[in-house]
Amino acid sequence: MEIPYAVKPRPDTGLYNAKVGIWLFLASEVMLFGAFFSTYILLRVQAPHGFWPEVALGWPHGLLNIPIGTFNTAVLITSSVTVVMAWIALKQNEFARFRKFMAITIACALGFLVIKTFEYKEKFGHYVIQLADGSRITGHLDVQGKSPLFWTKKNLEDAKLESLKVLEDIPNKFRFPVGHAIPEDVHKAHAEGHHHKDREIPVSDIVSLKAFIPSTHPFFAIYFTMTFLHGLHVLGGALVLFYFGFIGTRLWKTNPEQFTNRVEVGGLFWHFVDLVWIFLFPVVYLL
Amino acid sequence: MSDSKHATAPGGTGHHHSHHDYDFAAHKKVYWAVGAALLVGTVITVLAREWEFSSVALTIAVALFIATVKAFLVCAYFMHLLSERKAIYLVMATTLAFAIGMVALILFSDKDPIPGTLPKTVYVP
Repeated sequence: MEIPYAVKPRPDTGLYNAKVGIWLFLASEVMLFGAFFSTYILLRVQAPHGFWPEVALGWPHGLLNIPIGTFNTAVLITSSVTVVMAWIALKQNEFARFRKFMAITIACALGFLVIKTFEYKEKFGHYVIQLADGSRITGHLDVQGKSPLFWTKKNLEDAKLESLKVLEDIPNKFRFPVGHAIPEDVHKAHAEGHHHKDREIPVSDIVSLKAFIPSTHPFFAIYFTMTFLHGLHVLGGALVLFYFGFIGTRLWKTNPEQFTNRVEVGGLFWHFVDLVWIFLFPVVYLL
Repeated sequence: MSDSKHATAPGGTGHHHSHHDYDFAAHKKVYWAVGAALLVGTVITVLAREWEFSSVALTIAVALFIATVKAFLVCAYFMHLLSERKAIYLVMATTLAFAIGMVALILFSDKDPIPGTLPKTVYVP
């Protein structure tokens, strides 16, 4: 039995099945991400003054890496253009060009995920250190030339370290709130292009040591949840587009119209993934 | 631009065409232009961080305004929402209404918190 409207649009709606399907799916995705964005806003507005990492961690340089986040945004935007170019190539009956644009799209998707992985790893080796005198610093550790991940105070004790070498973050002057006086040494460090300073801390002075992981602060919890969920969408989208571009292409010979429709629908999902990032990037990296 | 409909070319005049009549070269130009506009928007958002706005609310408003413009470009041109069928508009308008309702209801709970669910007042790492 032939499924009706799999290729030809239904006369009353003007839509083929997959088009309706993908938009209903995207509708559910809007609700899913909407719930997480609401959670982020609620966590943030309920946080007492001074609780959010900006203030609580002393406006660290590189709370998240903005240049890398910006670059990744550009990668995703590029892939959004190439996926629509791939679809239009099919419309023009140019299969080789379609493949070329699909290849670029998938390369961008993988590039995005690789960059994101490095960003995650960098956070797992980025620490907030509470000192006995009540002060709090952030930075990376230097243990015999290595930058360990996921360490806690217990690891310091197990390693029987007397003192800990820390690449301490210099506060990022652009992160200071409006009207807040920026200390002179911070201005000086910025002018000289320094973002870190070496510091040797006796282990006995360290009250707690925690990496930038979800349990360390609600900001990291929501940051990792949202970006990981988004990353899963990038991975899923890349797999589907890879299938359309390089494995399931026999349909192009038997039913080119249906194949073109599939690519259009896959592209719609891909644009949605881009759309989520358009909001996610400023919200978690910039604000 | 689904196959059978009377599509409006992006930024176009609203003349009726079948898809065989589409001016693909013009479409491609529009897609590249939208891609370029999205990149410019991204750069502006990042640079805007270093402008000193007079209030936090204004900073947030500027960032979200640019993001909304970018989202409009993606929806309108890449996702062809400028010239979609009525059924799709109905689905997405309903979704948007529910999404706004959900966000609003969640945020209203800020004014009426459940005792014991508020975060600690001081951050302790």
